[in-house]
Amino acid sequence: MAEFHEISPNASAGAKTLNWIDNRFPLSALFKAHMSEYYAPKNFNVWYVFGVLSLLVLVIQIVTGIFLVMHYKPDAALAFGSVEYIMRDVPWGWMIRYMHSTGASAFFAVVYLHMFRGLMYGSYRKPRELVWLFGCGIFLALMAEAFMGYLLPWGQMSYWGAQVIVNLFSAIPFIGPDLALLIRGDFVVGDATLNRFFSFHVIAVPLVLLGLVVAHIIALHEVGSNNPDGVEIKATKDAKGLPLDGIPFHPYYSVHDIFAVSVFLFVFTAIVFFAPEMGGYFLEYNNFIPADPFQTPLHIAPVWYFTPFYSLLRAVTTELMYVLMACVVLAAVVALLKGRMPALFKAIIGGGAVVVLAMMLSIDAKFWGVVAMGGGVVILFFLPWLDNSPVKSIRYRPSWHKYFYAVFVVDFFILGYLGTLPPTPLFSRIAQVGTLFYFGFFLLMPWWSRIGTFKPVPGRVTYTAH
Amino acid sequence: MSESLVDGATFDASKRTWLIASGCAGAVGGAAALVPFVSSFQPSEKARAAGAAVEADISALKPGEKMVVEWRGKPVWIVRRTPEQLAALPKLDSQLADPASTRKPEEQAPAYARNATRSIKPEYLITVGICTHLGCSPSDKFQKGAQPSLPDDWEGGFLCPCHGSTFDLAGRVFKNKPAPDNLEVPPHMYLSDTKLLIGDDKHA
Repeated sequence: MAEFHEISPNASAGAKTLNWIDNRFPLSALFKAHMSEYYAPKNFNVWYVFGVLSLLVLVIQIVTGIFLVMHYKPDAALAFGSVEYIMRDVPWGWMIRYMHSTGASAFFAVVYLHMFRGLMYGSYRKPRELVWLFGCGIFLALMAEAFMGYLLPWGQMSYWGAQVIVNLFSAIPFIGPDLALLIRGDFVVGDATLNRFFSFHVIAVPLVLLGLVVAHIIALHEVGSNNPDGVEIKATKDAKGLPLDGIPFHPYYSVHDIFAVSVFLFVFTAIVFFAPEMGGYFLEYNNFIPADPFQTPLHIAPVWYFTPFYSLLRAVTTELMYVLMACVVLAAVVALLKGRMPALFKAIIGGGAVVVLAMMLSIDAKFWGVVAMGGGVVILFFLPWLDNSPVKSIRYRPSWHKYFYAVFVVDFFILGYLGTLPPTPLFSRIAQVGTLFYFGFFLLMPWWSRIGTFKPVPGRVTYTAH
Repeated sequence: MSESLVDGATFDASKRTWLIASGCAGAVGGAAALVPFVSSFQPSEKARAAGAAVEADISALKPGEKMVVEWRGKPVWIVRRTPEQLAALPKLDSQLADPASTRKPEEQAPAYARNATRSIKPEYLITVGICTHLGCSPSDKFQKGAQPSLPDDWEGGFLCPCHGSTFDLAGRVFKNKPAPDNLEVPPHMYLSDTKLLIGDDKHA
């Protein structure tokens, strides 16, 4: 609690007002802590704009969403028509709607780039584990938000996409069918489902999302930002105790980010005006047909940002299960033979492997597909503890790590692309290989991340003035 | 009764006991308050009541044709199979995942439809048109022979567009497909030669 601060009677009206507020609410203190005296490393590169951009997209989504709700009707009989009404009859409604639908794709684009930045520079490593965990929570909330929002236009893709995803839950042994019933609120996706998804989409999930964003930023400002060199700037301070390689976020990065925002808005508005459907990737063509519970579209696929995980789901067939079981056996054998651990742990590992194998044999591949899809997202949460590399940044890792990361990116794109296509035997096989690589990348990271010759990490960040 | 802590401060042990007890009571009350909210997720009475049986008139259905009726919001297919299509069914047994519907007999079909044609009358297949994988509605692929996404020796059946599961004309799923079970045969009965009741098989 701060002392009550008296100000000179000769001070300006503005200074007096600010003093009045500061004696009652820590306005200046908050601004200093998070803006003018928050020291960020001076060597940020272009990868560091996506955090701010995702905040911008969040604001766009909230504002456009508020206005859409003024015209939208969450009723199975009226929903499709009300969206068309927004598009045709509400003045400028088409633009608000396209900003919202493009915003959803833009959100995932900037968030994926933001996450990849973290992956490259080891931004999830100690002491930033909670920054990463809150971030993964945001990603999960974002996926829920996008999925439930996609049902609202009540088109064919909305309907059948929701039908498929809700039925995923019914694959869970024992509680699955009842759980799916609880989510739907009816025996098939219907009016009850639409109403509850609307409620979640406009209030429940956004509240969680905002809370997580605040936690993400507070945690970040507590530990300070990482940088492309993965060097802790707090380790080298000047006489005043300020990091030598740090510069105040405001004005240096606030101005810098305004430039990034401008470039982003160029691209964003170009899409909103000229390609809001993005060739069927942002808004699928089948979604311009009203939902028909009797007719599944000939090809159904999720929107692009879900397709990598959708590929993981489809890849798990009875055949792949045998490969996965072989992997479990191999992992258990290696752990038992090579692992240096007490006999008790070995017994637990051996017993656990037997239980997992029994479950893999007895439960349908359908359930394991769901596990793979969920696991593909959940595994990200564990990244801080999977990465054992002695250096944070990719800059000082062995060269082959860079190629390995490149293969991972290509793999993610291939999975994403295959997820948009109908399944064929060849594509399924490619997706299965991609799935094994995806999980191998993460699950074997504790070992491969230590292999190779690491380069010396400088004591200070590398930076040349320009 | 007070006890001292490591740093010399004291605390009242009996007060702490009551704090813990009232905290637990509060947690129980809080959990109980969840019941109405979680219960409200269940299907409403209105949705439950919508499960009534429906009648279907099959007099206009020609051999090789399919009609769809709505029951509990789900599509129920009525397919009139040709003698040729019926003759092809036994030949497929080796390619099917569960030709005799033994995996979950109670859920897959009522007792009177647990036979080679999965129907009361061999000619008519009555089945819920929802894939047992993830709930898509498979499309008709009645034409025989090679075509996209289907094997070259295709005898006619259904293809699920979502994940490629295939079913024969008795709604039986083929091997190595994502769908684990055969299509569900709903409870049904014939009111007359051309009148079918779907959703009920008890009273006449």
